[in-house]
Amino acid sequence: MKYYRSHVLVCVDPECLQKGAHELVDALQDELVATGLIDEVQVLETSRIGGCSLGPEMMVYPEGVHYVGVTPDDVPYLVEEHFLKGRLVNKFQMPTTKVVDEELGAPTQKEVRIVLRNCGKIDPENIEDYIAEDGYQALAKVLTEMTPEEVIDTVLRSGLRGRGGAGFPTGKKWQFTRQAPGEIKYVVCNADEGDPGAFMNRRVLEGDPHSVIEGMIIAAYAIGAHQGYIYCRAEYPVAVSTLNIAIQQARNLGLLGKDILGSGFDFDLEVRMGAGAFVCGEETALIASIEGRRGEPRPRPPFPAVQGLWNKPTNVNNVETYANIPQIILKGAEWYAGYGTEKSKGTKTFALAGDLNHTGLIEVPLGITLREIIYDVGGGIKDGKAFKAVQIGGPMGGCVPAEYLDLPLDYESLAQAGTIMGSGGMIVLDEDTCMVDVARYFMDFTQDESCGKCTPCRVGTRRILEILTRICDGKGQDGDIELLENLCQEIRTNSLCGLGQGAPNPVVSTLRYFRDEYEAHIYEKRCPAKVCRSLIRYEILPDACTGCTVCARNCPVNAISGERRQTHVIDPDTCIRCGICMQVCNFNAVVIE
Amino acid sequence: MSVETKSREKILEVVNAAIEKFGAKQEELIPILNEVNRQLGYIPTEAMEEISRRLKEPKSSLFGVASFYHMLSTKPRGRHVIQFCESAPCHVVGGREVFESLKEELGLEPNETSPDGKWTLITTSCLGVCSVGPVIVIDEDIYGNVDARKVPEILARYE
Repeated sequence: MKYYRSHVLVCVDPECLQKGAHELVDALQDELVATGLIDEVQVLETSRIGGCSLGPEMMVYPEGVHYVGVTPDDVPYLVEEHFLKGRLVNKFQMPTTKVVDEELGAPTQKEVRIVLRNCGKIDPENIEDYIAEDGYQALAKVLTEMTPEEVIDTVLRSGLRGRGGAGFPTGKKWQFTRQAPGEIKYVVCNADEGDPGAFMNRRVLEGDPHSVIEGMIIAAYAIGAHQGYIYCRAEYPVAVSTLNIAIQQARNLGLLGKDILGSGFDFDLEVRMGAGAFVCGEETALIASIEGRRGEPRPRPPFPAVQGLWNKPTNVNNVETYANIPQIILKGAEWYAGYGTEKSKGTKTFALAGDLNHTGLIEVPLGITLREIIYDVGGGIKDGKAFKAVQIGGPMGGCVPAEYLDLPLDYESLAQAGTIMGSGGMIVLDEDTCMVDVARYFMDFTQDESCGKCTPCRVGTRRILEILTRICDGKGQDGDIELLENLCQEIRTNSLCGLGQGAPNPVVSTLRYFRDEYEAHIYEKRCPAKVCRSLIRYEILPDACTGCTVCARNCPVNAISGERRQTHVIDPDTCIRCGICMQVCNFNAVVIE
Repeated sequence: MSVETKSREKILEVVNAAIEKFGAKQEELIPILNEVNRQLGYIPTEAMEEISRRLKEPKSSLFGVASFYHMLSTKPRGRHVIQFCESAPCHVVGGREVFESLKEELGLEPNETSPDGKWTLITTSCLGVCSVGPVIVIDEDIYGNVDARKVPEILARYE
């Protein structure tokens, strides 16, 4: 094969053609012949690059320089500068526009991007972009050079654990599914990312769908499956449409369907959509939902690896788990296991939310401390306030206080701190947060999302919510804390699935670390963070009030009285504590007592 | 209530199209119900009966499925459906004030439809756009970084 030191890709889409792309190609060829560079530089025609409005345009590799607005008259100068002297020609370079991505910024120093490596960099609706980033090379390697056992062994050695939250070793799961008796097997991707505040999977599905598809094909080859399903929640319509485009493109190139890459291996994929049920993220409920039934979990064992979709052995992994696979195959198990801690290898994506300066997605090696995540990657707490706790692991997770900031993050250490890795939601709470209110909030979520099949979860979560609500309303009673502890224990041990078993975690963890706040609510009828409405009072500071009457005019219940230019007063008995007066006051005269 | 109920012909037409699109199989039940719900705004009893007949599934199990998933509605909804994200990331950045403001502006509690058939207010689980919370969705439009004072202006955009 002939070796060229440089490749020039000229866009020949209709818009660039109109602006003289063919003339540009001819001029380039002529000039390269004239300068004797024609054996060193190759000119190719390509489809749309993206700067057509400024066309004609071209990309020069290996530098990856994007030139626009080049006319045949400019060619001698460009060839001399770029190819002879090796200098970039600034005046033709595509003006860089700064795209602000609110979710995914440039990686900070502490980050390692494996799963998110392509997000925001490639066009997710163009399979060629993915292929240019080594896409489907791992699949080719697996199909041509590796036996299924070797694939499973590589995944085992990489130490990859289920990124859906439970952290079961992925290679083991594949092994079980492969060994399970039966001709027909399935692979399923759990894309039912429902934890509030977690959107890592959505971003991968929308930004790099082929990494998930490639991971699934490799899994299918390893376990011996020929059909796969991606179960995506209905709240993510963009992800569903991106996936469908990606699947179609992969089929067109023979990467899905019959006889993939001429290897004789058949596999195809389908996207199934949920209809809004959090519990469908639980694998047995997810399977029921794909089958067209109510998404209710069933007892395990039998695990899906033995009896899953339509009672056939089924491998269920999370989006992030699959997205890791191609890189593990390409770069090796040892490379991946080089990141992380002894028992938790690799990287993990997190969605940072709450009272942080930089919220959004991050990907960090496991073993990093919470302090590094919150202060170095997340930029610290907003408005210079104090850190109070971080809620990790979604509604089944717990709140971790400041004393654990230096905890190296992995599956085991989080369990010790009273929470779970979960799918990767991280909500940072500042000093103004009431922890009883946070617990009540999460319990409201779980009792709403409880499918109702088993009693401990259905009734128990509701009872907890009632108790927490009454505490927040200032009607807490002596004995409530003990009652909560007892209930949490019962629900945890007796519930059918992970939802119920994990549901008490927000309460248990806040009771463990912020018991004094519960006690203040119950015994002193006081909300230390000044959040719970029944326990706070709005007051007007006489020194700050100018008597402008704005608050009185905006109060929905006419609880504020006072003459113009005189200090106003709020009647606490009429006040409904809506906070509107505080929002509208221009002099910061309204305060919470 | 003047919420529009759909004519029988229209319902059958939508159900037929949905079954045609996905196939009369039990595993396609959720896609079919989703499609009918999207086209009609809810799943009328007549639609349920027709799907039951065509898929040879008992009505009880159909109703079981339709009532299980949040996004499927067995009751008519208003012309515009407002979904308020009640998830924690939105909650801690001021979602509660937004929700109060919404309820007050509309005079509705969650799952209620306004008497003129214009609005239905529902809550939704996390939409995954947490970096711009609080978030509300009206029909298919997502509004991020909403605060209580912006609510009347957003609502005014809808006929």
